[in-house]
Amino acid sequence: MKFTLSWLKDHLDTDATTAQVVTAMTMAGLEVEHVLDPATKLAPFTVAKIVEAVQHPNADRLRVCQVDTVDGRKEIVCGAPNARAGLTTIYAPIGSYVPGLGVTLVEKPVRGVVSNGMLCSAAEMETAEESDGILDLDDSLTVGTPAAVALGLEAVIDFEVTPNRPDWLGVAGIARDLSAAGLGTLRDLSVTPVAGRFPSPISVSVDGDACRIFSGRLVRGVKNGPSPDWLQARLKAIGLRPINTLVDITNLISYDRARPLHVYDAAKLVGTSIVARLGRHGLNGDEHLIALDGKTYELTPEMSVIADADGERPVGLGGVMGGESTGCSDETTDVFIESAWFDPIRTAQTGRTAGITSDAQYRFARGVDTGFVVDGLELATKLVLELCGGEPSQVVVAGEAPAAPAPVTFDPAYVQQLSGLSIAPEKTREILEKLGFAIDASRASAWTVTPPTWRRDVEGKADLVEDVARIAGYDALPATPLPETPRAASGVLTARQGRARTARRALAAAGYNELVTWSFTRNAIARMFGGGADELVLANPMSADIDTMRPSVLPGLIEAAGRNARRGFADAALFEVGPIFGGDRPQDQRLAVAAILAPHAPRSWDKRPQDNLFTVKADLLALLEEMGAPVVSLQTAQGSAASWWHPGRSARLQLGPKAVIAEFGELHPAVLKALDVDGPVYGFEIWVEAIPEPKKKGKTRPAADLPSLMPLSRDFAFLVDTARPAGELAKAVAGADKALITAARVFDVYQGAGVPEGQKSVAVEVVIQPREATLADADIGALSAKIVAGAEKAGGRLRS
Amino acid sequence: MTDLTTLEAELSAQVAAAPDVAALEVLRVAALGKSGSISGLLKTLGSMSPDERREAGPAINGLRDRVAAALAERKAALEAAELDARLAAETLDLSLPAPPRRKGSVHPTMQVQDEMISIFAEMGFAVAEGPDIETDFNNFTALNFPEKHPAREMHDTFFFNPGPDRERKLLRTHTSPVQVRAMQRTNEKPAAPWIATTMEPPIRIVVPGRTYRCDSDATHTPMFHQMEGLVIDKGIHMGHLKWTLETFIARFFEVEGVVSRFRPHHFPFTEPSAEMDIGCDRSGGEVKIGTGSDWLEILGCGMVHPNVLRFCGIDPDVYQGFAFGLGIDRLGMLKYGMPDLRDMFEGDTRWLSHYGFSAFAAPNPATGLS
Repeated sequence: MKFTLSWLKDHLDTDATTAQVVTAMTMAGLEVEHVLDPATKLAPFTVAKIVEAVQHPNADRLRVCQVDTVDGRKEIVCGAPNARAGLTTIYAPIGSYVPGLGVTLVEKPVRGVVSNGMLCSAAEMETAEESDGILDLDDSLTVGTPAAVALGLEAVIDFEVTPNRPDWLGVAGIARDLSAAGLGTLRDLSVTPVAGRFPSPISVSVDGDACRIFSGRLVRGVKNGPSPDWLQARLKAIGLRPINTLVDITNLISYDRARPLHVYDAAKLVGTSIVARLGRHGLNGDEHLIALDGKTYELTPEMSVIADADGERPVGLGGVMGGESTGCSDETTDVFIESAWFDPIRTAQTGRTAGITSDAQYRFARGVDTGFVVDGLELATKLVLELCGGEPSQVVVAGEAPAAPAPVTFDPAYVQQLSGLSIAPEKTREILEKLGFAIDASRASAWTVTPPTWRRDVEGKADLVEDVARIAGYDALPATPLPETPRAASGVLTARQGRARTARRALAAAGYNELVTWSFTRNAIARMFGGGADELVLANPMSADIDTMRPSVLPGLIEAAGRNARRGFADAALFEVGPIFGGDRPQDQRLAVAAILAPHAPRSWDKRPQDNLFTVKADLLALLEEMGAPVVSLQTAQGSAASWWHPGRSARLQLGPKAVIAEFGELHPAVLKALDVDGPVYGFEIWVEAIPEPKKKGKTRPAADLPSLMPLSRDFAFLVDTARPAGELAKAVAGADKALITAARVFDVYQGAGVPEGQKSVAVEVVIQPREATLADADIGALSAKIVAGAEKAGGRLRS
Repeated sequence: MTDLTTLEAELSAQVAAAPDVAALEVLRVAALGKSGSISGLLKTLGSMSPDERREAGPAINGLRDRVAAALAERKAALEAAELDARLAAETLDLSLPAPPRRKGSVHPTMQVQDEMISIFAEMGFAVAEGPDIETDFNNFTALNFPEKHPAREMHDTFFFNPGPDRERKLLRTHTSPVQVRAMQRTNEKPAAPWIATTMEPPIRIVVPGRTYRCDSDATHTPMFHQMEGLVIDKGIHMGHLKWTLETFIARFFEVEGVVSRFRPHHFPFTEPSAEMDIGCDRSGGEVKIGTGSDWLEILGCGMVHPNVLRFCGIDPDVYQGFAFGLGIDRLGMLKYGMPDLRDMFEGDTRWLSHYGFSAFAAPNPATGLS
């Protein structure tokens, strides 16, 4: 919403400057977006008078002028045909920026004569689109007057109207709030009815839901044409294009009182009755209307339609835009003025369906004052008579305005209770009354407060507190510490939140960069990673690349690695902690920790190998340990991981088939190809909720187990089938004597000469921790036998 | 005795001349070994008369001790020389590069989220969470957004296609629906253990999470992060809200002299509503906090609307409280000088290395937030 200070002063008696108005608005909740002040741009430009203008000695078209300026008498070279002695015009000094030319003036000779400044046209100052000479101003202006003042240009204030306050879409509404805020006195806003001289020859009616109230009157014998300068200037200042007097009057009142109106050229109306009804769905499809913007719109049964010819011919889209066929032109002599009230929701929907956002539609969609329907018509009549002459008919009205807002019972003490502000009841009453509320304060703690018809947002006592508090000023809110509350004894994060935090810090410490990628991805990618269900596809995505909720964090990381590689940074260790979606129900959302490693370390002089899948496995296990997962109990289920992994190089980590905690592996080459990334890429994904909650409560730990005897180690080599996982063998060995064996580590895997075809030799170092006494040879022999027996159960035969 | 002197002189010369430890060992065996020259002399003591022995004994033993000492000394010297020689041969060129180690980082948004949580934890706030895919009811209706109201449109909501029950789910446009989940009176268990459900007043929670709106430019992305705050108790008023947010802002920016102001605004779910601005300087082309004469809007807040309390089954005549919504990414951009929100989600490793945080920069009250 835009307006100027002079317009505001029509309704507010104040000496406030633009800056003071802006501050008062901001602090009263009218959020000023910007102030466009031509005076800022035109600051260097001032009024000057040409004392003498003679022909330039070296150029036919140039004159050398002696000019009285704010800087004293100056010799200025000017090429304008109208530069003559006695002319009052605008001067720009050396050093000033001329917006229309895009140059900063420097002192330099023009054909041998130094010009000490410039005389300006309107186009050069960008106050007009074109001009045919330097400005020719009123001679009464004194030298040095700022150009903005001389040209009557005003600052325009642009502010955001919150949806609860449609009354701020009129300057009068702004003035009312500013008067309550103490910026001045509100002038009388009441409207005096204009007596009709004859019955309206045009009747009006409303049909049910289409329109609540429809009023109008005919003014005959008007003289239309360009509106007077003051009206045009007012509209132009806020960016509206003057059309003709009748239309300009409706625009003026729309912006002045937030009251949209419409004017019909009565000569172009068919029949003698106007009906506000819903759009019709006929045999040949919906009705059509060619609106004032020249475009054709389909009229659906959800739209309010204004129709003449006994309701048969659409001549307007109610509350949105009038029809081209009945619009007012310079030739209009009889005008029918409409002031109606259209439902906000219907008007909003009509605007959306038709794709129209007119000033009227914007106002009706937010709610127009239900108490100013006929007043708006009277105000328009008065202006039409003043500016166009003519003879008004009596007013015709159909329907009834919606009921006024209901009264609110209000204890003024509630102001302090809710806001903390200490405000006397008298002050509360003064503020509310200045805002238009009617108050019956006969009961001191139970006032009856009736909101004005333009304040349909006020439903209860909290709304009243807001009005009082914002007008009194939020600056006075007393900063009050929160009361102490019982605290959780051990931090505020849940186990899940704590795990997410641990995962983040642990992976960053392990050399991975944390990413945050979109929760949505391309549907094809979602499908590739096991998702893509219809229920997770957005109905209105910003682009098809991000139209489906992701089933996994991995594709986002892989794509990011690809983008980095294309920028020349192929080495990537990336991770993300974030949500994944298995369905649209809350429980289908899970928290995942995923990481990928695309190793492209620079070549090394010591021929160090690249990181590989086991680097990722080590990082994964270390991370799970940090996150409190029971790592020793985890099974490595190879070959059961999802389809986006390399089938031979991926596994699940699980506590059981239904308690899968993570998957890891090398990404499938086909998946990488589809995502346009060069492999190999290794990675893992952990499902945080699958990690069991730690059982133990309390902070004390069990006694440490620190045997005093030295551990010893023995090596064994077993032959097993090639397909048999070495991990299973090691696990069987470790389980041979849980008391004595603390570790069983595979240190060599060999296939080839000396090992039968189809088998491999797995060498295991077994670490033995004596407990009570040093182990004798016989003890170790017995343990070895258990180890060999254990290995045999896992398909291992001691290699001899 | 002359023989002993001669032998000692000979042995000393040989020891001194021994080129290496092995030669020295040969010498030791020749002198002190079982059939060594000195061992031979010692054996002669037995056949001597007591008088002879009294004279020769100390002489021969002294010789043995001195030779043994000379051998040990020479051995130590030779070993030291050999070690020096070996070390000299083992020299490495330490200007060669060490194997590169990747330097990981924590994403700035997540760092800032941790910072914010640590401040609010000090003030007694717990952390609550809710799902990203929400119902229209929780995201709008229960938060007092009238049906088809322009305020709903202003949220640029992402919708899903209506399901078989014709219910149209959406991506939450703010983390405020978790307010509803925390305040609603229900006996139903939450769909998942991590989702906030019925809490009894006094309620004091912050709700970090992902939020979504159909928007994209330097300060808007289709996904961003928000932290909602909610305090419900008896007697909580706007003064508490002001103190909480002023305290938060002063602690968060970690600079002296952050000034702020509250301005009236409108949100459907709070009444009265406010926006908070902080003082800043925009003159240098970037926004600097804690200096200057400009204002920058940083959050929306207000007293929880009585309708919202009523929707959730809390009596607004008994309990009242406030809510606020902070942009996590946005606060991070302001604090750490990141100019473009879109970079947050691009995953450019150069950007992450530059703006990311060390794993060890976990916020704590002793070292500060970052």
